[in-house]
Amino acid sequence: MVVIEDKLNLIRYRVSPEAHIKVDKNRCVNCPHQACTYVCPAGCYSKTDDGQLLFAYEGCLECGSCRVVCDQGAVDWNYPRGGYGVSFRFV
Amino acid sequence: MKHKFDVIVVGAGPAGATAAMVLAKSGLEVLLLERGKYPGEKNMFGGALFGRVLNDLVPNYWEEAPVERYITRKVITMLSADSSFSFDFKTTKFGEAPYNGFSVNRSRFDRWYAQKAVEAGALLVTETVVDDLLWVDGRVAGVRTRRDQGEVYADVVIAADGVNSLLAQKAKLRKNFLPNHVTVGVKEVIQLPKATIESRFNLSGAEGVSNEFLGGLPGGMQGGGFIYTNKESLSVGVVAQFPTMHAQRVPIYEALEQFKSHPSVQALLKDGVVKEYSAHMIPEGGLEMMPKLYTGGMLIAGDAAGFVLANGLYLEGVNFAIASGIAAAQTVVAAKEKGDYSSGSMQHYQQILEESFLLKDLRKYKHALTFIENPRLHTTYPDLICQLAEKLFTVDGRSHQKIMPQFREIFQGQVSWREVFKDVKEAGRAMIW
Repeated sequence: MVVIEDKLNLIRYRVSPEAHIKVDKNRCVNCPHQACTYVCPAGCYSKTDDGQLLFAYEGCLECGSCRVVCDQGAVDWNYPRGGYGVSFRFV
Repeated sequence: MKHKFDVIVVGAGPAGATAAMVLAKSGLEVLLLERGKYPGEKNMFGGALFGRVLNDLVPNYWEEAPVERYITRKVITMLSADSSFSFDFKTTKFGEAPYNGFSVNRSRFDRWYAQKAVEAGALLVTETVVDDLLWVDGRVAGVRTRRDQGEVYADVVIAADGVNSLLAQKAKLRKNFLPNHVTVGVKEVIQLPKATIESRFNLSGAEGVSNEFLGGLPGGMQGGGFIYTNKESLSVGVVAQFPTMHAQRVPIYEALEQFKSHPSVQALLKDGVVKEYSAHMIPEGGLEMMPKLYTGGMLIAGDAAGFVLANGLYLEGVNFAIASGIAAAQTVVAAKEKGDYSSGSMQHYQQILEESFLLKDLRKYKHALTFIENPRLHTTYPDLICQLAEKLFTVDGRSHQKIMPQFREIFQGQVSWREVFKDVKEAGRAMIW
């Protein structure tokens, strides 16, 4: 089992105080797949034991995968404020 | 800051920087906006840059650009659980100027390249997100940035804002993506000593290799793996097609670890130190996902327009971005001469692209999407080919079988002749004739 945090720890971020992606979790309750939980390459989406969706924007790689696979209209996707977010150095 | 420019270019990646450079050289006032702290900060690819188009703009670019290695060896590998089968091409010809392609580090390369636009006279403003378009008389007339008093006007806006292109959507030139039109790629940069890379990959000096892999991903997941050599690191990653991630619900970073632990891959990465992890989407849908490329006062270039050729044989994007940036700039220069920025005038962009390699290649390989979505290509065939090779090369004291009976034995029950015939025909239509 890979721990995604180990990978994210290698990345430099300048985390914005406000979330750039807003998730309407009410729409996730009846989502049949919750594909975001395995599609997000940063593991930003997870599920609690009682099936609640959790979203943490801090590790976001700004790729857009969640907006592509969410068909419930729950993901209001945007970029972080200019100068904030992920900062790739070696890729 | 001035509030009216001739052109605003959104995104300082290869498409945007090219457009800004060509426009500024033609004497136009250009504002180049970038959301990162520096151009390239948000960008990632495999990858290789095929620089022949760039060489027309910046002759002998490799002498000043931060390139890593020129690619002289191309390997395509099929993986089964425990075996690999490769096609391996190497030539010294790709090691001669003007070179076929280079591996590059995008956070360094894009930064260098955007600076060429600045040297040509474009005004680069970083740390600036564009949230919306401004419209006057039904035409795009500027952008609203996420800054105080952030409205800036221009005769034309060139949206080179990357694969997610929110601007193409705002302009209603594109609908939402279908999940099969984009793929997601993750990559690690793995540090290794220069000498190790050269001996391990059969390279000398600044030679490099691009190695693409079919198979070897978790069950049902389709896409591929890749290894590119940089000067003192490897770019190692996997790409996955979204609709195929639902089968086993395995995250792509798990797929990356599985790929890295394949015995044939692991040996290449041994003792490497992971420096960075990254992710990006790839607009692989080609013509099927291409938005309308223009409207009054606006053009779309690069990834934003889906300008990527990804069909298994070719994996090109930056050269398409550069070609589209040139075409966009030419369109705007012509429009300025006429003083006409209407949709009719912007249509010139489409005409230039139709005559260039860009749309010609996207049209030529328009069946590639169906071909690369074929599940047998990703698991059945890599498996069977590895099995066939194993059987073929086994020496066990029994009399050998010729290839045809072995082929029959291995393929039996796995895939029907009818399917093989259909797949060959599909591959042919997509790639060969």
